[in-house]
Amino acid sequence: MKNLKYIIPTLLLTVFMASCSDDDDTPEAVNEEEIITTVTVNLVSDTGNITLISTDLDGDGPNAPVIEVSGNLKTGTTYVGSIEFLNATESPAENITEEVEEEADEHQVFYIPSGGLDVAVTYGNFDSNGNPLGTIFSLDTTTAGTGTLNVTLRHEPTKPNDGTLANAGGETDVSVNFAVTVEE
Amino acid sequence: MKIFLSVAMAFVMAHSFAQTCDFTLQGIIVDLHDDSFLDGATIILAGTDNAVLSDFDGNFKFSNLCAGTYNLQISHPACTTKVFTVDLDGDITETFKLEHHLEELNEILIKGNTYYTKAESVLENRISQETLDNNSSASLGDVLKNISGVTSLNTGNTVVKPVINGLHSSRITLINNGVRQQDQEWGAEHAPNIDLNTAGNITVVKGASALQYSGDALGGVVVAEPAPVTLKDTIFGKTILSGQTNGRGGSITSSLTKSYENGWFGRVQGTAKRYGDFEAPDYILSNTGLSERDFSINVGINKIKYGIDVYYSYFKNEVGILRASHLGGAEDQVSAINSEIPLVINDFTYDIDAPRQDVTHHLGKLSGFYNWDNIGKFKFTYDLQRNNRFEYDVRRDSEDDTPSVDLELTTHNLTLSLESDVSEVVSLKTGLVGNYQKNFADPSTGVRRLIPDYDQYKFGVYGIADIILTDKWIAEFGARFDYTYMDVFKFYRSSFWEERGYDLTFPDLVIDDLGTQVLTNPELTFNNFSATAGFSYKFSDDYALFANYSLASRAPNASELFSEGLHHSASRIEQGDLSFKSEKAQKITVTFQKKSKRFSFAVNPYASFMNDFIVIEPTGIRQTVRGNFQVWEYRQTNARLLGIDTDASYKITDALNFTNKFSLVKGFDTTKDDALINMPAANLSNQIDYKLPFKQTINIGLESNYVFEQNEFPENNFEVFLAETDTFETVDISTPPAAYHLFNFNAGTQFNLGSTSKLNLNLKITNVLNTSYREYLNRLRYYADDLGRNVLLQLKINY
Repeated sequence: MKNLKYIIPTLLLTVFMASCSDDDDTPEAVNEEEIITTVTVNLVSDTGNITLISTDLDGDGPNAPVIEVSGNLKTGTTYVGSIEFLNATESPAENITEEVEEEADEHQVFYIPSGGLDVAVTYGNFDSNGNPLGTIFSLDTTTAGTGTLNVTLRHEPTKPNDGTLANAGGETDVSVNFAVTVEE
Repeated sequence: MKIFLSVAMAFVMAHSFAQTCDFTLQGIIVDLHDDSFLDGATIILAGTDNAVLSDFDGNFKFSNLCAGTYNLQISHPACTTKVFTVDLDGDITETFKLEHHLEELNEILIKGNTYYTKAESVLENRISQETLDNNSSASLGDVLKNISGVTSLNTGNTVVKPVINGLHSSRITLINNGVRQQDQEWGAEHAPNIDLNTAGNITVVKGASALQYSGDALGGVVVAEPAPVTLKDTIFGKTILSGQTNGRGGSITSSLTKSYENGWFGRVQGTAKRYGDFEAPDYILSNTGLSERDFSINVGINKIKYGIDVYYSYFKNEVGILRASHLGGAEDQVSAINSEIPLVINDFTYDIDAPRQDVTHHLGKLSGFYNWDNIGKFKFTYDLQRNNRFEYDVRRDSEDDTPSVDLELTTHNLTLSLESDVSEVVSLKTGLVGNYQKNFADPSTGVRRLIPDYDQYKFGVYGIADIILTDKWIAEFGARFDYTYMDVFKFYRSSFWEERGYDLTFPDLVIDDLGTQVLTNPELTFNNFSATAGFSYKFSDDYALFANYSLASRAPNASELFSEGLHHSASRIEQGDLSFKSEKAQKITVTFQKKSKRFSFAVNPYASFMNDFIVIEPTGIRQTVRGNFQVWEYRQTNARLLGIDTDASYKITDALNFTNKFSLVKGFDTTKDDALINMPAANLSNQIDYKLPFKQTINIGLESNYVFEQNEFPENNFEVFLAETDTFETVDISTPPAAYHLFNFNAGTQFNLGSTSKLNLNLKITNVLNTSYREYLNRLRYYADDLGRNVLLQLKINY
């Protein structure tokens, strides 16, 4: 039992040293990889181009997304549309659209106009199974009106689906409401 | 004359013979260490064929003995056989002390509160080896539910956290093999990383009165002790194999112990479990599989004077989290809650995909004791624990197998204690605890840290006095002080830092400004004082009363202080508060107990009053690019808990036994004047056990478990805008599920395989009627039903 005399001080010393050997390096900041900060919808037509942008640089933080719509849409127009997802917390900003397109069969973008908005969206690109992806699309306006255009990116939706979010399921990676006006 | 003398001599001798041969020798056999009675000891009167067994209270008796000197050989299965010499010249009663080695080994573990660990005084608080064996494939949290007042907080069916009298997580201290478990217990979806097969028995102390373990256990202390080792030259072991239908898997656990009379012993033990997707009555719970691998090794020497014990255990499990519970935002939550069935149901598989947890826990321990004459028993324990937790979320790129949470928690702990008998009536336990803990969050996850990097130093000191006032009264007083210092490096989002006003209240904490985030270095100090006072009163052999007051004080944990971000499994944003103080609780608990062979009961009402109690609750909705999320913020409030636990057991005949358990707890937020969230619903359990009248003993049992609907809850529902229908929809996250009633059946029998081996065969059917139900304290109750019927077959071999 004499050993105890040595064991205890040794242990104490071990704990003490472990406590002291603490390195003073400050931790590294985390590069957020999964976050989408910026959603840009480009609508191109002969009568003019419109851009819809949602920016939320603090991700899940308290600041709400900043939503900008560059102007009003014109009635009776076909817009060629494309969407871009960016992670602007990284420098340079990471283009997440490419990642979505590479895994097209696991993603789908939905464009859902609210009641007052008389627009129709047609998918312009598809995954390898021929199911819609929606990073390229066309948007046709008919009559004038005002409402919201919801843009939703779903991860692992049921494909094919009937075009509604309820039927598609999956997880929401992006859901943005743009206030849009269609005028004469 | 000669004849007369002979006759006279003969008469005298005969007379003296007759006179001196009706003596009785009575004795009580007790344990040298704690004076507990040893039943079943064999007492042989050397040189005669007289032998008796000691009864339940350690008593034995030899009658009609002649005067003289006798040698008594006393043997007991758990003790070394000892010979006592008795001079008999009249009726005598003597106490014989045996070295009870079964207890001896456990001496390394500091024993709990006297009231609870004294001679099985409270029947409801201990889980026996047999119950543990019968549940070898279950989790610790599930087995603890055998105790009234203990429920569980679940994430699905594989992540099971114990809840004692309505409190859980950091408010429960787990003592595993003599050391405090350090495994990130703060998380609601972090189950204890303990293989219950390493335990020989488990004791639950409800409340914070076991101050030698901790002063912050507002809920209670769970003590898992290893199976005892006898001080004999022997080798023994057991293997338990079980297979079950639900999860289509099984488990195997095995242990082998070798001990020597000279005190050396060694033990190895291992467990493996593997299950695929579990099933609710109507569907497969996709991605709920489990894989677990554990082992432990223990070597030591144990003498009367001293002992040393070296222990290492490894625990690794991989747990799938229900796929349908991983949600994007409030819109997803609406569809998931409104759907009758989970939104993702796949074919059965053994694969465990994201979302999943992968946790490894290492525990190394060196402990010992030394009996100093006239001073007492000195004990030391040093332990090193490393807990590595990976959590994998569903990522955008499904090929990407980077964890979202990668935490490594390392804890060194040193405990020194002294137990001494100051006098015949006063015994004293004192101790010092030093603890260093380091948390490292790997930044390569690409996800903001859930828990920041920190170093934490703790120092504690305690003293507990037990005073035997009379035969009937025992009093206990204890006090403990804990000092905690945390040195934290935490990245805050600048927006959060400013929203909280921390830029004004804590401007000095910022050591680096990175634009969108700031690096801060909070250094926090907490001083916690805790105390206990209580007594026990024994009315008679059958009735006893225990009363206890405890004051507990707990420093806020890293999650409560520093949370700041999205919790996918709950689909909510959680926020902590840097300015939290310690929470304090005062608890009064009374137990009235009757214990007899036929009828036993215990009634245990309690009241707990808490100041600065930390709760998390919703405070609003936040818009993000992913849509809306509910924000849950930690908040300090005053609260009270009132509850009662009861146990009753009635032996109707020798073959038929009835047991009943009931528990009720009511939690109330006195500041907000509203019910506390997540309080377990009242629970009533009835069980009948019957020994079938066959030559081969078969025991069968039927259990009914009724869980009431929780009708006291805060209303935290919120509204969310659905673009598709252009409407607002209420998300009901508050309403508890309906009451449910489950039946469980079990049957078991035992075969003797030779003189030292036994085989037990058990059949267990849980949820016999395949009832669909949801449990309020299951975090996944919004998305799926709980488990359906399970048939489990278990084979246990002791050798």
